Amino acid sequence: MRHMFLRFFSRIGFSVFASLIGALFALPLIWFLFAPFNARAELGLAIPNPFTLSNFVTVFNNTFAIRGLWNSLIQSVGGVIFVGVSATLAAYALSRSNMPGKSAVTYVLLLFSSVVSGSAAMVPIFLIVNSVGLIDTHISVILVFAGGLLPTAMFILRDFIDGIPKSYEESAMVAGASPVQAFFDVALPVIRPGIVVIVVWSFVNIWGSFLIPFILLRSSEKMPASVAIYSFYSEAGTPIVTLLAAYALLYSLPVVALYLFVSWKFGFRFFGGIKA
Amino acid sequence: MASVQFKNVSKSFGEFVAVKDMSLEIGDGEFVCLLGPSGCGKTTSLRMIAGLETPTSGSIEIGESDVTFKHPKDRQISMVFQDYALYPHMNLADNIAYPLKVRGESEQNRHKRAQEVADVLKIGHLLERVPAQISGGQQQRTSLARALVYPSKVYLFDEPLSNLDAKLRLEARGFLNHLQRDMGMTAVYVTHDQAEAMALATRIAVMNEGEIVQYAPPIEIYRRPATTFVANFVGNPPMNLLPVEAMIADGGISIRADGLSMDPLPVSARAAKALETGKTLTLGVRPEHLHIAAGGESNTISGKLFANENMGPESLVTLERADAARFTARIFTDDEIRLEQNVSLAFEARHVHLFDADGLRLPFDGE
Ligand SMILES: Nc1ncnc2c1ncn2[C@@H]1O[C@H](COP(=O)(O)OP(=O)(O)O)[C@@H](O)[C@H]1O
Ligand SMILES: [Mg+2]
Repeated sequence: MRHMFLRFFSRIGFSVFASLIGALFALPLIWFLFAPFNARAELGLAIPNPFTLSNFVTVFNNTFAIRGLWNSLIQSVGGVIFVGVSATLAAYALSRSNMPGKSAVTYVLLLFSSVVSGSAAMVPIFLIVNSVGLIDTHISVILVFAGGLLPTAMFILRDFIDGIPKSYEESAMVAGASPVQAFFDVALPVIRPGIVVIVVWSFVNIWGSFLIPFILLRSSEKMPASVAIYSFYSEAGTPIVTLLAAYALLYSLPVVALYLFVSWKFGFRFFGGIKA
Repeated sequence: MASVQFKNVSKSFGEFVAVKDMSLEIGDGEFVCLLGPSGCGKTTSLRMIAGLETPTSGSIEIGESDVTFKHPKDRQISMVFQDYALYPHMNLADNIAYPLKVRGESEQNRHKRAQEVADVLKIGHLLERVPAQISGGQQQRTSLARALVYPSKVYLFDEPLSNLDAKLRLEARGFLNHLQRDMGMTAVYVTHDQAEAMALATRIAVMNEGEIVQYAPPIEIYRRPATTFVANFVGNPPMNLLPVEAMIADGGISIRADGLSMDPLPVSARAAKALETGKTLTLGVRPEHLHIAAGGESNTISGKLFANENMGPESLVTLERADAARFTARIFTDDEIRLEQNVSLAFEARHVHLFDADGLRLPFDGE
């Protein structure tokens, strides 16, 4: 009997403890949801009173900031398409062909990719992009991101495709399909969950990054949101908390929307092979 | 339908030779089983017919035309894969009709035909489901339906029943046998299950280590196995094999081994030749050709009782000799068998198989 009580109370204790920790982590998130609707700048948690949309009105009137969101979208979507298509084709070829040294290729690329996206390489990257004449273009940002993300994307996708039996495409070809037909009819739909993972991952990566666009772009009309967010800092460098919160909420919406869309449409699950 | 021919086909993967100089002729309308242990090159041979592997040397013909380097899609064949390879994102109707889709059939025709084939295979009510929502046996029939949905020159099967449980396997085997009688299709069927090969094939090609050891109708393989390997592989339980000493004496081959007593066997030309170089042969007797000696039989083998397994319609009685070699008899009886510690099994001379030192069959004259 005593034993049962002990178990009961330790269970309650544990739940309380877990809830406390949960609340601790939830606080910033709740602030993040409330602050944009608050007219006064408060760093503490407060229910907006009065509830106002004036912060958003100010943000929407800041063309630099709004164009920043649009630019982020161009660069992210462009980069995602580039990475998604290239990684799929490359990973498929690397997985299905039996060319010698194909693993070595992936590993070497993987090694260098961490260099490309690291800040140590910013000077050479700037010089290269400059000499190609692409400074201050969306394309330059997209290409540099693709260079940094592709090897990892290829690596993840290749591993995924390796796990899919070859007999899918083989049975399609025996049934009369050309290799291209077999790829689009059978392989691609089965690989799709893997591609979705790559797409979300590279979107989030490009959407949130600051350094590469900041260095490669010059004109303010091309800066993405990650750079434009600094227009909500005063000259002295102190943040205007009300506007910053509103803009940050807008800035995070596409990522949240992407996650919701993907989990509704694809559910972040893999088909896997069929086993008896 | 068409015939299939292997002409001196070899296939290597790097250093490893998976198929060695294979020549095989599969007649129009024949159902040929490639039978052998795992890793002996059956699947590789089948995949070369399909065009999924290219021979390292030699050529393959389907219906008189050389297809050695043709793409699978241009061969007009069907194949049932061991893992079924059903497309997880398509429902059964689209899975079954896929070969018609790539041939440009209209959607209406496709689904009509898929329905017909599915009805024959008793999966007609499942066409809206996706493969993950049906049982293993239904998946197997779906993959069969996809292979049958369009007319092919050759039907290829790679262990299509190996993922089914024993009862479903028997049922599917019966259905395939019926299908073959019904359609008279040319089929190449890979299996490591000798019972499946015996039940289905018009001819069996027994393979070992990349080579065909014997190619003959099932009954011939059973009655006159060409080597000890075939003798051991076909039959359940496998043939009893025993090393014996043999010599020609008194106008016959006299055979000696511990616990064995036999009348001399008639001398055949091949046996006489084999005995010129050595005197060790292998004697083989199938379990079903042994019975408990009643006394007075002339061909017997005796030893200690090792096991007595009652299987219902039959019993498996195994004796063990002093050198730990075992001999198993299949005895068909309704009664329970009671045995002493020492057992003697008898057989008839016409059921004896002899193999030379290399394991090759020594036929009797007139065989
Ligand atoms: N793609 C391949 N690369 C290397 N070795 C292979 C390949 N395919 C088959 N093999 C080898 O060839 C041999 C025969 O294989 P397989 O034809 O699949 O045998 P079975 O179907 O009779 O079990 C095996 O030893 C296998 O390891
Ligand atoms: Mg195999």
